[in-house]
Amino acid sequence: MSSVYRLSGLLADPAGEAGYRDDHPERVGFFTDTSVCIGCKACEVACKEWNLVPEQGLDLLGQSYDNTGALGADSWRHVAFIEQRVPDPSVTSSGTDLGMPGIGAPEQPAAAEEGSGMRWLMSSDVCKHCTHAACLDVCPTGSLFRTEFGTVVVQEDICNGCGYCIPACPYGVIGQREGDGRAWKCTLCYDRLGDGLEPACAKACPTDSIQFGDLDELRERADRRLAELHQDGVGEARLYGRDPDDGVGGDGAFFLLLDEPEVYGLPPDPVVTTRDLPAMWKHAAAAAASVAATVVLSFLGRRR
Amino acid sequence: MAECHPVGFQWVIEARNRGAKVIHVDPRFTRTSAMANEYVPLRAGTDIAFLGGLINYVLSNEKDFREYLIAYTNAPAILREEFADTEDLDGLFSGFDPETLSYDPETWAYEGAEAAPAAGRRSDIVGDSPPEHSGPDQYGSGGATIGAKPKVDPSLRHPRCVYQVLKRHFSRYTPELVEEVCGVPPEHFRRVAEAITENSGRERTTAFCYSVGWTQHTVGVQYIRTASILQALLGNIGRPGGGILALRGHASIQGSTDIPTLYNILPGYIPMPLAEHELDLDQFVQEDAGQTGFWGNMRAYLVSMLKAWWGAAAAEDNDFCFDYLPRLTGDHGTYQTVLNQISGECKGYFLVGENPAVGSANAKLQRLGMSNLDWLVVRDLQMIESATFWKDGPEIESGELRTEEIGTEVFFLPAAAHTEKEGAFTNTQRLLQWHHKAVEPPGEARSDLWFFYHLGRVIQRKLEGSSEPRDRPLRELVWDYPCEGEIREPSAEAVLAEINGRGPDGPLSMYTQLADDGSTSCGCWIYCGVYADGHNHAANRQPGSEQSWVAPGWAWAWPDNRRILYNRASADPAGRPWSERKRYIWWSDEQRRWVGADKPDFEPTKAPDYTPEPGAKAQDALAGDNPFIMQTDGRAWLFAPAGLLDGPLPTHYEPHESPVANPLYGQGQNPTRQVFDRKYNRYNPPDGVFPYVFTTYRLTEHHTAGGMSRDLPYLSELQPEFFCEVSPELATERELEHLGWATIVSARTAIEARVLVTDRIRPLRMRGRTVHQVGLPYHWGPNGLSTGDAANELLSVVLDPNVHIQEAKAATCDIVPGRRPRGESLQRYVDSYRRRAGIPEEADR
Amino acid sequence: MGIRRWIASWPVYRQLTGSDPLGRGAAAKSRGSRELSPRTHDADRVVRSICPYCAVGCGQQVYVSNGKVSQIEGDPDSPISRGRLCPKGAASKQLVTSPSRQQRVLYRKPYGTEWEELPLERAMEMIADRVIETRGRTWQEHDARGRRVNRTLGIASLGGATLDNEENYLMKKLYTALGAVQVENQARI
Repeated sequence: MSSVYRLSGLLADPAGEAGYRDDHPERVGFFTDTSVCIGCKACEVACKEWNLVPEQGLDLLGQSYDNTGALGADSWRHVAFIEQRVPDPSVTSSGTDLGMPGIGAPEQPAAAEEGSGMRWLMSSDVCKHCTHAACLDVCPTGSLFRTEFGTVVVQEDICNGCGYCIPACPYGVIGQREGDGRAWKCTLCYDRLGDGLEPACAKACPTDSIQFGDLDELRERADRRLAELHQDGVGEARLYGRDPDDGVGGDGAFFLLLDEPEVYGLPPDPVVTTRDLPAMWKHAAAAAASVAATVVLSFLGRRR
Repeated sequence: MAECHPVGFQWVIEARNRGAKVIHVDPRFTRTSAMANEYVPLRAGTDIAFLGGLINYVLSNEKDFREYLIAYTNAPAILREEFADTEDLDGLFSGFDPETLSYDPETWAYEGAEAAPAAGRRSDIVGDSPPEHSGPDQYGSGGATIGAKPKVDPSLRHPRCVYQVLKRHFSRYTPELVEEVCGVPPEHFRRVAEAITENSGRERTTAFCYSVGWTQHTVGVQYIRTASILQALLGNIGRPGGGILALRGHASIQGSTDIPTLYNILPGYIPMPLAEHELDLDQFVQEDAGQTGFWGNMRAYLVSMLKAWWGAAAAEDNDFCFDYLPRLTGDHGTYQTVLNQISGECKGYFLVGENPAVGSANAKLQRLGMSNLDWLVVRDLQMIESATFWKDGPEIESGELRTEEIGTEVFFLPAAAHTEKEGAFTNTQRLLQWHHKAVEPPGEARSDLWFFYHLGRVIQRKLEGSSEPRDRPLRELVWDYPCEGEIREPSAEAVLAEINGRGPDGPLSMYTQLADDGSTSCGCWIYCGVYADGHNHAANRQPGSEQSWVAPGWAWAWPDNRRILYNRASADPAGRPWSERKRYIWWSDEQRRWVGADKPDFEPTKAPDYTPEPGAKAQDALAGDNPFIMQTDGRAWLFAPAGLLDGPLPTHYEPHESPVANPLYGQGQNPTRQVFDRKYNRYNPPDGVFPYVFTTYRLTEHHTAGGMSRDLPYLSELQPEFFCEVSPELATERELEHLGWATIVSARTAIEARVLVTDRIRPLRMRGRTVHQVGLPYHWGPNGLSTGDAANELLSVVLDPNVHIQEAKAATCDIVPGRRPRGESLQRYVDSYRRRAGIPEEADR
Repeated sequence: MGIRRWIASWPVYRQLTGSDPLGRGAAAKSRGSRELSPRTHDADRVVRSICPYCAVGCGQQVYVSNGKVSQIEGDPDSPISRGRLCPKGAASKQLVTSPSRQQRVLYRKPYGTEWEELPLERAMEMIADRVIETRGRTWQEHDARGRRVNRTLGIASLGGATLDNEENYLMKKLYTALGAVQVENQARI
């Protein structure tokens, strides 16, 4: 069983594995190139306008220009702002001594360099649409499911608000909506994909920091962009979530970052939280089969 | 640009990715700075010194584009012996009258050329009440007239040629002076200077983008002039990838100047006539129109406009109703109007999508003006502060005004949104873009087109049969547009057709068809052609992907769908591209016309070797190698022999309120700035009471004074309340806590804001002295979802003399921790500051 | 619905008989998901427009369903914006459909303490009367120095720069015919 339905490790075709026929569409995703993100938050607004996501409250957070704070039920895109001091204004790369996210009042500067010596990182975060999505694995109602595009979507007509998916997500993406109780997160605009449209955030993004497309093509594009930046001396540029060999089998939404993932509030080495489930399942396999048969009978019986 | 024009910024990112160097100069580190190769923080209000430093760098290292300079600018023109520079007169130019605080520009003229006659005649109306003199806007935006073409020295060696005068004028703007004035270290300055000069010349161009960070100063016009001089020296005007691009902040702010709701001009930048004895059409045209260049046809433009307005009533024998135009006697700009409201002269006020109660400098002055009106009409989408000041404005809270004592009758009329009406916006690139109507406006909401059309109709009906001479311009006004639908919406396309103009054969296609004999009508000559062949070209929408990069099939640019102005300068004097890399418009010998990617901003068949006959007029007087066709001499003006009220060359003056003295001259500030020192508009003296500089600005998440953003949940949650930005150093100095409250004080009032302590604001070190700056986004007010005090409460009214724009980008303040006092104690608190600073208390007047 | 189809539509049946025995993909697809279609798909019409915020002039496509704006997106054909919008442009639907938009004329009497409702037609008549009266009362044929001016300084106007060109044109034309010279715009601010 575990050799066919893997919850971790390399997996080329998550949609196929989830039962879609071979002619299902290519897996799609986001490549977010933070080196051109201007932090305008068009993605946040376009997402909310399209998906009718409620306003999440007016709070001045003081986290630079970020007043969204984190991804959640009412924020499916979140732009992080990180203010950093860098030694020399004319050199964009440094890679050292960049410190942690600039949340709260900055430290008092040591003898400031002349010139600017300032770096302001911005990055639009979103659900990663993991190859191995723990949220989906733990969902008891089948609300969270893998779409034919390889993306992971909460079905609002199924979700009963049990909340199991919330701690399962290694990125802390999913939230429960107040007054509604259901879990909500980015759907990668599942409804739009079906009509051949790109997701609202990617369409709006002024500088094309958020790119939508077939995942394979996006990965190639990201590799080229990374090489370009390295050639231009931006040594600290790196890809995050691109690697199909990582703890979640690679992300459907991955990033080009200019610093360590922690700086952006991203876990450095995310692991699918259900990695060890298959081993447990082996022991439960026989029991599961008989329970399934009983379930069918009992449902049919009730119908009559 | 990334902050306020994010979608336009995609092209900067694209250029950067292709190797362009992006330099950002700004007092605060913005989203643009984050994307720039070089960020240069400088003290607010010192850009002329910075740009002047660049000019000096170009001149002293001979980095100018010499062929362009000699052929296309007035660098070789020789000036009069009588001209004296600020370097000679400690910060003043020759011709200054200390009594009227104004200049007589006669000595600024070219040698042998007559002084500008228009200015001579007009000088008698300067100063209704000096020293609060109100310089008239003398030249519209049509440029000044000069009597004749200059004598030139192409070798540029004549000591009085513009090139040499310029060199002397800017010689003290060294990297060290730039550091002293702007707080920019010399090394940093040099990197910018090198980048700009390395990227200019035949093969490369540099572009400048600016916004109100340059215009909202008491020397705002001269800021733009400084950039113009630099770009002309480097040969960066009229060429692709060059220019000076105003990034305008509102959908149709360009259109609002082209077809102006501005007091001093008529459509197409024709000046409004001034009050003069026995001024008739011919005399007006003679005084205001240049004899040479395209302004030489101003009579045709004006007569056609008068025909569009008064139709059959406008005839040769009545001067085409020229007398129906009301006359100006000075500054009738928005700030002067507010003072007239307070004095009781102005009694009725229309606010049409504008919110001065929080959006104009010295917001209190605005509200006091509105409180003293007989009637006020407010048209807007939401219940803005300018509609509710009588009920819940700050003066009600402080007890200075009582609702029951405010006599203003207020009409609030809901407005239609852009999706509920059709019409054209003119964007920042001069593109007229049509927006179609999607749905009907809700309830009693109506378009402004509807409101003004039907208001005019009702007024005309009420005046039917009037025999008052003053009512004739109204009764005879052509005011009959077809209406559509249940709400009787006037046809915007019919109005556009009138703006475009008609001749005996129907819609006109080009302003050169306009006649001065009454046979053509045209509401705005520069828009002539937008409705050519009866087709609405503003609605053209050929996809960008299906046409050349110039994209002429998308919308329509004035004039004549030309996308880059003065593009004749993209070719050399002989008409060949300066370089293959930068070719744009060039002369084709085979076709005997100008060809290229754009329409030529030049007569299409005027050959490069064309030489005018002596005595030629209008465009015929310009040679085939004079690209600047709106100028009387066809050249870009490094030195402005006429047209400006505050000097022919830009000079660094300190802002009206500044913590430092002018290091260059004894003359500290622009001597001709408009000052209104009076009750409710006191100024901060340059002492220690108001030791910090503040500047105001926008954030991506909001729009201007917030009328279109503070009521929207999705925008409000992104920037939920008013804040100020300070450096960690200033926070320490004043014990300001991150996310705590601060009170910011000027002689006008005190406001409160949450504090963001950030490295993005830097103290500037200027040769041993440190200047702290406070950043204030100005989007807020008390109404809406996202609220806060208005930054505009802090600002005073002090204006640029040429264009009467307020100095909103540099002023002084104090900042202390904690919230501001409320009620009457706020007055006492501000009074205590005034006392300490030696300013008369408000009770004293 | 026949019993076979009913069973076939039943997720647990699909899960056990289909290619998705764990019920994580095809078998878990809900009715809502199967019938999902973007609301732009069924729009009655798509209207070309221009963003009303800054002067970049981004192209917009306004989707209309049942006489209401259902979505506003960037216009990919625009060579200026290429389909993109900033947060303000992206919030345009909220701008035009805002529930706090005023939809009725409101009137405040001199010295009044509250708003009152006023029919639009009546407001237009009243405003026209005010204009005519104020104009007559403040009319200047000559200024203090005897120069003919033909104007009123009693009436002023300040417009925002989201006015259409055609609106600005009618304003300038009417005000000038009224002799009102204090006609101003955000463009000077």
